[in-house]
Amino acid sequence: MAGKTKTAFKAKPRDPALDHIIKLAVMAVGGQGGGVLTNWIEDTAHRNGYAVQATSVAGVAQRTGATIYYIEMAPAGDRPPVFSLMPAAGDVDILIAAEMMEAGRAIMRGFVTPDRTTLIASSHRALAVSEKMTPGDGIADSDEVIAAAEIAAQRFILFDMDKMAIEVGSVISSSLFGALAGSGALPFERETFEDAIKASGRGVKASLRAFAAGYDAASNGVVETPSEARTEPGPTGDAPQGPDKLLNQWRGLDARAAAMPEPVRDMALTGLRAVVDFQDLDYGGEYLDRLERILADDEAAKDYAYSREAAKYIAKAMAYDDVFRVADLKTRGSRFARIRTEINPADGTRMKLTEFMHPRAEEIVGMMPASLGRKLSNSEGSMRMIDRLFNRGRRLRTDRFFPFAQLYVIGGLRKYRRGTLRHAIEVEHMQNWLDLAATYRRIDYALGVETLRNRRLVKGYSDTHARGLSKFDQVMDGVALLAGREDAAHWCNLLREAALADEKGEQLEGALKTVRSFADGSAAAAHN
Amino acid sequence: MAERSFAKEVQKLKIGEGETFSGEGILALTKALLEAGVGYVGGYQGAPISHLMDVLADAEEILSELGVRYEANASEAAAAAMLAASVHYPIRGAVTFKGAVGVNVASDALANLSSSGVTGGALVIIGEDYGEGSSIMQERSHAFAMKSQMWLLDPRPNLPSIVQSVHQGFELSEATNTPVMLMVRIRSCHVTGSFIARANKRPPFTVKDALANPRSDYARVVLPPMSYLQEHDKIDNRWPAAQAHIREHGLNEFFGPQDAPIGIVMQGGMYNGVIRALQRLGLADIHGETEIPLYVLNVTYPLVNDEFLEFCEGKSSVLVVEEGQPEFIEQALGSMLFRAGSDIKLHGKDMLPMAGEYTGQVMLDGLEAFLKKAAPGLLPARLRAPNSEEKPALPDLSGTVPIRPPGFCTGCPERPIFAAIKLTEMERGKHQIAGDIGCHLFATLPPFEIGGSTMGYGLGPASNAAFDGGGEKRSISILGDGGFWHNGLSSSIGNAVYNKSDGVIVIVDNFYSAATGGQDILSSRADNPSKATGHPIADAVKGVGVKWVRQIDRTYDVPKMREILNEALTTDHEGPKVIVASSECMLNKQRREKPLMNKAIAEGRRVEKPRFGVDEDICTGDHACIRLSGCPSLSLKKLDDPLRDDPVASIDQSCVGCGNCGEVADAAVLCPSFYRTEVVHNPGWIERKLDHARNRVITWLQTRRSRGRIEFVRG
Repeated sequence: MAGKTKTAFKAKPRDPALDHIIKLAVMAVGGQGGGVLTNWIEDTAHRNGYAVQATSVAGVAQRTGATIYYIEMAPAGDRPPVFSLMPAAGDVDILIAAEMMEAGRAIMRGFVTPDRTTLIASSHRALAVSEKMTPGDGIADSDEVIAAAEIAAQRFILFDMDKMAIEVGSVISSSLFGALAGSGALPFERETFEDAIKASGRGVKASLRAFAAGYDAASNGVVETPSEARTEPGPTGDAPQGPDKLLNQWRGLDARAAAMPEPVRDMALTGLRAVVDFQDLDYGGEYLDRLERILADDEAAKDYAYSREAAKYIAKAMAYDDVFRVADLKTRGSRFARIRTEINPADGTRMKLTEFMHPRAEEIVGMMPASLGRKLSNSEGSMRMIDRLFNRGRRLRTDRFFPFAQLYVIGGLRKYRRGTLRHAIEVEHMQNWLDLAATYRRIDYALGVETLRNRRLVKGYSDTHARGLSKFDQVMDGVALLAGREDAAHWCNLLREAALADEKGEQLEGALKTVRSFADGSAAAAHN
Repeated sequence: MAERSFAKEVQKLKIGEGETFSGEGILALTKALLEAGVGYVGGYQGAPISHLMDVLADAEEILSELGVRYEANASEAAAAAMLAASVHYPIRGAVTFKGAVGVNVASDALANLSSSGVTGGALVIIGEDYGEGSSIMQERSHAFAMKSQMWLLDPRPNLPSIVQSVHQGFELSEATNTPVMLMVRIRSCHVTGSFIARANKRPPFTVKDALANPRSDYARVVLPPMSYLQEHDKIDNRWPAAQAHIREHGLNEFFGPQDAPIGIVMQGGMYNGVIRALQRLGLADIHGETEIPLYVLNVTYPLVNDEFLEFCEGKSSVLVVEEGQPEFIEQALGSMLFRAGSDIKLHGKDMLPMAGEYTGQVMLDGLEAFLKKAAPGLLPARLRAPNSEEKPALPDLSGTVPIRPPGFCTGCPERPIFAAIKLTEMERGKHQIAGDIGCHLFATLPPFEIGGSTMGYGLGPASNAAFDGGGEKRSISILGDGGFWHNGLSSSIGNAVYNKSDGVIVIVDNFYSAATGGQDILSSRADNPSKATGHPIADAVKGVGVKWVRQIDRTYDVPKMREILNEALTTDHEGPKVIVASSECMLNKQRREKPLMNKAIAEGRRVEKPRFGVDEDICTGDHACIRLSGCPSLSLKKLDDPLRDDPVASIDQSCVGCGNCGEVADAAVLCPSFYRTEVVHNPGWIERKLDHARNRVITWLQTRRSRGRIEFVRG
């Protein structure tokens, strides 16, 4: 033990030079150019007379995984400093996160601390597979990371550096480098950063543009506001256009929707647009008729929550996805314009456009008059034959006249939609659902609202649509067991969330089991 | 051509005596080999030494100018076997591969090599793949050095030390007739720095000289009774010689004062981490000067008893910093102390964790715990008082931040293969599926979740051997082209043929050893000036007796892939069913084609650039397409539409237009939301005119319809 000490053994005062070591970590997603960024930073440090050491874990750097680069630097002296090869929790001066969730990961690993860390993060998202594959909304909440970063970081610089770089024809490594320079966290002049880019020799001009954009934003202290404050969906964004006669009729409908109580109004206007866009003005009238009937029965004390959900989900139920709809949307001028904006083809080029359609017998008979369609769909032989004729992948080149005309004509057939089998099925399904919701509403208002919301489960095409319907049915079966319980609405919501959590419905199955168990329990209790 | 080119960097290898070399660890290693007059080099790629193989390949010209033979060995076993050239001839040889898996594969050759002993220096450079960034099971290569009596160097992780250890390694090898392993950890391979170079040296005796003057000596052959003599030679002569050499030449290093009550013993590779922890505790300055005696084992096997016991003299406690398990060094040191009758306290795994990487925090905690116990007076007051530090309460992000394991790249040709397998499983139920090593192992992760085991490189089909007899459903195994040539042809395919396996084997042929960085292999399609490529896998498979072979030349054809899988799973054919699915690795394809395409566009030639898109008003946000893809460019976006609850699919500008989205939408009958665009650069004048005419008609029709109804135009 220390008591056996032979010689004086005391700690020296801490070496002040240690405070001049700058420790910088880059957390990125593979393929973001973290290696290039690291080389630039290293070169800049050299240019400023610093001793510098960089390391990386390159194994998965190319393969979309989370990856980390680490740099240490200190003013060069006559002897080399001893640098660490990896960042340590609580000991990082500058943390560059090339994506929002990587900033979160850095915080979780303790690399961002309030006593020292400047956190420079890009607010854009590169979604992880687990977020994307959920049938519902599995996207992680950036605001939680932002809130944590505001506590954890000494300084926090946050903006969308990815978009910024793409806009000037570069990649995020350049705008991150600019943000690093602009943050002033490194004691180096701007020119020395730019010299490092120039010396690297590839795509210099574009890199310098993105660098400048990042530099300006960081030095001006741009900080993005959390998303809550950003989005404000409004029904008034899209202006109606069309012949005067129709516009006049539209104004009539618009006025009816606008006359609804405030909590319902915006959603009713949005819903109205959706159903008119789907079919025609009369259809819009039908939508309002339905809604007004529901509203007449609703309670102001409940803030018309039931009617508001009805406004949303009736519109979605009425504007279902059928072949006419797809053909109509695919052939619109506004769609062609949107694709051009998105792809942004250079001047002097032309653009081919291919659609991927795969109609099955169900879609074909769905387009037929209800009676004929029903007869055919009841006959297995006919369905097999129709499948043989139609069921295969079709690629339509809609930049060419004939394939375009084919879809254009189908899109035009929407006039006859009301007489089709698909329409009859959809109307029946909707009516059953609305009747059920109304029944539940009478015994339990909140359950009524939740029942309307279950309509969210019906989405997709073909098998996906069938799976959605089946999940909807399962949840509705579960709801039937719940009706009358005090926590029925809460459970209905849980069932729906479970249904949206995974494809196979394992979570839903689990949730239903629980529901059944206590339904049985209460049945047993009733017997006693 | 490998994924990363070192063509520019290898020019640095030519610099001469006294010049400053700066660059990455792997380049420094290569330079050191040339300085040491190495006669032949080789190895097998794998992180973290993949880039060392790439550097060697790119430096082939420089190597051959010096009379150095470079071999891209077929496996680690082949690489280790190549060191046989140093058994009889005074030629220095070096091979490289990753530890611990590479050492596993090479162990047969390494053990024989060690038994025989060497004349010329033989160096095995091991990229120790342990800790963050590792892609393999976590084990130490250390045990192999011990069991075969090879010496193990573990230099401090800076360029001068690494370079010096190459020189020392050859010298030690020659002085003791024993092959030497030189271990570099993940981060050391990529650490940057500089050192003063020496001139490159032509090998005094080249492999060509050897061929002209062949030698043999049966005393070196591993056969009884020579093998018994070799076993004694290892222990009676080579071991003491090694200990003497290490001591005499100061291979291990001492830092800090001689006299102090405590000391720290560490593997060389741990040095920077220990110094950083001491710096943070206020016990070392920026240059690593410390008041605590440090004994740095740049040679971790064998240990030098006298040297260690002398270090311990006058001390009351010593800490051993040894990463990984079991604690071979600590055990050996403990045994030395016990035999010497010492009462010194030996700490190690009681202060530091037995398993896992020694990160900054782990090291800090371990050293602090040791000092608190052994020399509390040394610690700053703030650390002696518990809980004196205030830490702000942070929201828990563990439920928010998603894990991000590596996955298939944008446009990867393996994605449609696994989409097809997943669709087949949806139809026919879950199957027994075994994976292998390679990019295709990412298929075991969501969204595919195909395959449940990986037993080693080239061993995928072999790992399904218990199911070869067949049953209600056939087993499926996956094998990459890299694994196929590494070991798979014999251990997996040959095995299946001989045992009349009923299984289905899918060989993923992407033209490269892709997972390790896109190195060429036998079946690569590229012309390689110094290697023979273009040997089809299907021919090899047929050559060893597989009768049922299906070749797919475009993996993106999901319906065809699915049809062939179905056929393989249902055919009456007896014996293994082998599907070779071939399409070029997209990462390498893009690297190859992009510059050519841009050049063609600039020169005014007609070029089509494909990209996919999603119609956001048709997509209903079910994400079924993503569950059959996982492509980085196929993502989600939230629409500004209150009627939409769920985000819709969206494809960003990184899409390379591989076709998987369209194929899958079609094969799985998903939805009509996808579209493909092809931007035609430099179209001919007829094409332009025709396009113009079509556009006019189409626009006219669109306007006509718009005029007859209400439309809501985005303002």
